[in-house]
Amino acid sequence: MLLPRIIPCLDVKDGRVVKGVRFQGLRDAGDPVELASAYAEQGADELVILDVSATPEGRGHALDVVRAVRAVLPLPLTVGGGVRVVADAEALLSAGADKIATNTAAVARPQLLDELAGRFGCQCTVLALDAASNGNGWQVVVRSGRDRTGRDALAWAAEAVTRGAGEILLTSWDRDGTGAGYDLELLAAMRRAVPVPIIASGGAAGPKHMAEALQAGADAVLAATIFHDGHTTVADLKAELAGLGVEVRR
Amino acid sequence: MSEVVLIRTGTANLASVAAAFHRAGCGVRVTTSADDAATAARLVLPGVGAFGAVAEVIDTLGLRAPLADRIRAGRPTLAICLGLQLLAGGSEESPGAAGLGVIGATATALADGVRRPQLGWNRVAAGAGCRLLSDGSAYFANSFKLDAVPDGWHGALTDHGGEFVAAVERGAVLACQFHPELSGAWGQSLVERWLAAAGEAV
Repeated sequence: MLLPRIIPCLDVKDGRVVKGVRFQGLRDAGDPVELASAYAEQGADELVILDVSATPEGRGHALDVVRAVRAVLPLPLTVGGGVRVVADAEALLSAGADKIATNTAAVARPQLLDELAGRFGCQCTVLALDAASNGNGWQVVVRSGRDRTGRDALAWAAEAVTRGAGEILLTSWDRDGTGAGYDLELLAAMRRAVPVPIIASGGAAGPKHMAEALQAGADAVLAATIFHDGHTTVADLKAELAGLGVEVRR
Repeated sequence: MSEVVLIRTGTANLASVAAAFHRAGCGVRVTTSADDAATAARLVLPGVGAFGAVAEVIDTLGLRAPLADRIRAGRPTLAICLGLQLLAGGSEESPGAAGLGVIGATATALADGVRRPQLGWNRVAAGAGCRLLSDGSAYFANSFKLDAVPDGWHGALTDHGGEFVAAVERGAVLACQFHPELSGAWGQSLVERWLAAAGEAV
């Protein structure tokens, strides 16, 4: 049986791991290679690196980070941030990424998903979707949460899958960095909307939240703050998940 | 230092595969040459992409005969993901496209109603007679599969909407549906066992 994935996420800016709340107030959270090694040792199932650099110089650092992380990481590595054209994805794959996530650029030019899937396959093409509640549904937010597009998150995910996205990295803007738990209604609605794997992101404070997200339809759960801050290790978290009846790789 | 030769058939995750061999203390050379495919002491056929597209690249580069010949002769070869499916005669993914035909089978689609693509970790159960493969959990990224371990090979199975082939081995030839380079310590040890078996066979 397919096992749920526990995925630490490294938000990387100018070569360092950072973390904020609702995408703002970024503070330093460590060295990406040290964290990647530690998480792999602890039993992480995959790693996500999101480059949140704002400048071309920062983007250059991101390629170095991917290379350095790949050298030590015997796990799948998904990389996103700043991928606008196929050549950006190719550079990241050559540096050691296995999957490429696109967010803002895919909203601006959905054809990018067709191009990535056509070139690298749908298993390599991840749609990163940041969704904010608007009362009776969820809308897509872009540019690290600065812009609300008014676009329906579920409809956009469904379109992305028909264009070739093989996985949805679904972040709740409302929950990101808050520790209030994943947005379970959003996850359940997304599960009904698309047939591809869903990575739940935004709001995890512990194993109970992760078990709930998996129950709601997520195939994988992503977290950053709880790991970086040393609140828990991946190994401890998996032991607690097993105690909650979730079968995990150990 | 020993060296493996990686065949570049397009846009596979070569950097990840190379990193696994570097961690095993092994050098890596990337090639598209038919001569290398024929003569390399240890050859890796990574595979990411569509069956038909990669089969076409194999023909364009003149790799079909050298690859099929070395696998039939039992020369050390590691095929990964689509690389396994390419050993078959064809695939439902690309009707009409010819695989290497080393295994008399056709790759089929994962069952309806299961998550496709299968992206994630699944249990692997090694059958009797396996020398390289062992029980464990491996990382898969596939929408197609081989349904049964072919005669003359030993194999491991997994299950996602029904049992299918996780990997097959025959001497120093190992072909994995999963990605050993992404399968943690278990996958790394498999890579190292293949290198050791390849060393004996060279």
